[in-house]
Amino acid sequence: MTDRRDFAVVGKNERKVDGRGLVTGSPLFVADVDVSNALVVKMLWSPFAHARIVSIDARAAAAMPGVALVMTHANTPATRHTTAGQGFPEPSPYDARMFDTKVRYVGDRVAAVAAESEEIAERALSAIRVEYEELPAVLSIDEARRAGAPVLHDETDAQGIYDAARNVVADVDIDVGDVAKGFAASDVVVETTCETQYAQHTPIETHVVLASLDPEGRLVLRTSTQVPFHVRRIVAQTLGLPIARVRVIKPRIGGGFGVKQEVLLEDVAGWVALQTRRPTLFALTRAEEFVSSRTRHPMRVRVKVGAAKSGRLHAIEMEAISNTGAYGAHGLTVLANTGSKTLPLYNKAENAHFFGQAVYTNLPVGGAYRGYGATQGYFALETAMDELAERLGIDPICLRLQNAIRAGEGSPIFEKLGEGREGVAQTVKSCQLEECLKVGSEAIGWSTWRARRERTGPWVHGIGMSVMMQGSGIPQIDMGAATIKMNEDGSFNLLIGATDLGTGSDTILGQIAAEVLGVPLEKIIVLSSDTDVTPFDVGAYASSTTYVSGMAVQRAAEDVRGQILRVAAPMLGVAAESLALRDGQVEGADGAAVSLARVCERAMYQTDQFQIAATASCVPTESPPPFLANFARVAVDTETGVVRVLHYVAAVDCGTAIHPRLAEGQVEGA
Amino acid sequence: MIRLIVNGREESWDAAPGDTLLDVLRREGWVGVKKGCGAGDCGACTVLLNGRAVNACLVLAARAEGAEVVTIEGLSRDGTLHPVQEAFLETGAVQCGYCTPGMVLSAVALLAENARPTEDEIREAVAGNLCRCTGYVKQVEAIERAAARLRGER
Repeated sequence: MTDRRDFAVVGKNERKVDGRGLVTGSPLFVADVDVSNALVVKMLWSPFAHARIVSIDARAAAAMPGVALVMTHANTPATRHTTAGQGFPEPSPYDARMFDTKVRYVGDRVAAVAAESEEIAERALSAIRVEYEELPAVLSIDEARRAGAPVLHDETDAQGIYDAARNVVADVDIDVGDVAKGFAASDVVVETTCETQYAQHTPIETHVVLASLDPEGRLVLRTSTQVPFHVRRIVAQTLGLPIARVRVIKPRIGGGFGVKQEVLLEDVAGWVALQTRRPTLFALTRAEEFVSSRTRHPMRVRVKVGAAKSGRLHAIEMEAISNTGAYGAHGLTVLANTGSKTLPLYNKAENAHFFGQAVYTNLPVGGAYRGYGATQGYFALETAMDELAERLGIDPICLRLQNAIRAGEGSPIFEKLGEGREGVAQTVKSCQLEECLKVGSEAIGWSTWRARRERTGPWVHGIGMSVMMQGSGIPQIDMGAATIKMNEDGSFNLLIGATDLGTGSDTILGQIAAEVLGVPLEKIIVLSSDTDVTPFDVGAYASSTTYVSGMAVQRAAEDVRGQILRVAAPMLGVAAESLALRDGQVEGADGAAVSLARVCERAMYQTDQFQIAATASCVPTESPPPFLANFARVAVDTETGVVRVLHYVAAVDCGTAIHPRLAEGQVEGA
Repeated sequence: MIRLIVNGREESWDAAPGDTLLDVLRREGWVGVKKGCGAGDCGACTVLLNGRAVNACLVLAARAEGAEVVTIEGLSRDGTLHPVQEAFLETGAVQCGYCTPGMVLSAVALLAENARPTEDEIREAVAGNLCRCTGYVKQVEAIERAAARLRGER
């Protein structure tokens, strides 16, 4: 929240590096290049929640003029894989294939057509004759768990499902201390259950990919993704190609919010391009995006909290049942995060128990969605904390403060529960939650509105608050890397696999490089991401980019700075250690200076020539949490249940903001 | 065949009976016009049609016969950004940028009619332009800032 150093570029509201192109409508997005020669893919989606495909007759469709390819389970690769773009081996089950012999939800893939135009493709789809054998469907988490329930994944070649016969994708159970003892020792015990609903990310640009072959026959995927390197790996796996035969280019992305952490179109478009040797465009319509892409996992979360009269927590128990829909994408990890991201916040409770399951249903598929399980967990946990505060007669803010983690403290949960497996022990080094609560409660007028009882007809006014913490990347799993190379005009190319999906990460990573190299941001030419050009990065998820990829950029820039100083030292006749980089030049203690352009000219053309460049990586050992205090004043219509938000205050401790305006945008928006 | 003026240039384009203005504009290379829903809900395809902000996905191309169309590409002149574009950049109103062309054009249409809009009037004018990234806070600020600049105040 406060600058500890006087930075030149970091901490300043620099113009977004891609801003000018975006406000002038430059052709920056996937479908903005010339697609006039591209085949268009349309998908036939399942009309049934659960059915076996008895037969598909695609002969009439395939014979239509203008149809290039019809795809079904009979003529496409059968490799089981996960669509979830995560670290490898993925913690999500291999339960999907390009086209299956069974459909598992309304909106599942049945067949696809690639044709000269959308109209022809649509007509061909309607000519495909499919015979289905309808199966009983599972439409709730309770039905999924019932003995004798229909089994969604009865295929024999799926891998990594916890208990396929019982529709259980994943199971988590971790204990700290003994909650039974904790509850027995408590003066007050409160238990509450919350159910959260489906939600769809709705990026304004839907999923879209343009597949083509380069002159060497390699597959090039220009795609709207948060995870270009995972796309490359999963497409290679699914289509049976060596990774070397696939190139993934991420241009500007029209929003993601987690839904583009998933490989949903690239396999099909890639297959068409390989079979037809034609560029191929595949985009979801808005309706398809809602039904057939991914959603936030709906959950039922039960929380039980026990505390002494003083408000000190003794025990927290959380049980979460997650509905992953028809496929288990992110099923285990979202479930694990429901506990691992929430329970450490109240580390004063010596006893904690988190357990739960992610289950299959014949409903739309869950996936990564901002918050990634923490959202569902906090909704229930903070509801329970409010009820506890009321029972104890303690101000909700005081109850939180009394039990919340502070700087210098850890939580056994960090170590017990990580990304679907054991986590990493860590101590919180910085925490301004108390300040957030102070600033936020003053801004919304907490004590004034809390004391007031207001009712106008059926409308009742109220005020509430909640607190939260998150993380910054997944420790010892996530990885970012950056390459910086110098040009002879004193500019630098910054090549990053990190994936700016609108968040502004290209800008803030450029700022970090500029800061270290002592140049204005305009001197940094940022490129993200192209798997042929940029170094590996897991991609944009888990709030990792600023911290993980940013650290990689800083390290690469520091390496480059060292090289620059070593070249400049003989030019200025002093030791490299006495030199500094500032304002685009190398400066000695005596005021003598040489421009970066001159330094690079020497390195490139004149003496002991070499390319000034460096690549550096970062795999974090910890995941520093940001802290948030949220306050809302609302009006509720007690007759209809309509809730109106009258005033909302979010006080966030995000650490030092690299770009304050962009950081604000992340809080105000999505 | 339709004849129209696009960003100041006279054009004669082929158009099939079902083609929308969005279809033909993108086909002819004006790809700053975005498609977000194709149903008039999101406003990503907003263009100025005879000065009015319209959803290009809801206008049949044939209806644009003889009309003057301005897309985002036609807004800046000789590399100089329009004050609304400038203000969007300065305030951080651009995140992913996919809604930006449409939202900027809606703001331009508003400011041509109303030099001193209230916050409510601004929100009303861009109500048809959905943005998923920003929460609209900075876009309202940007349009207020552009309005002041167009009035010569700052």
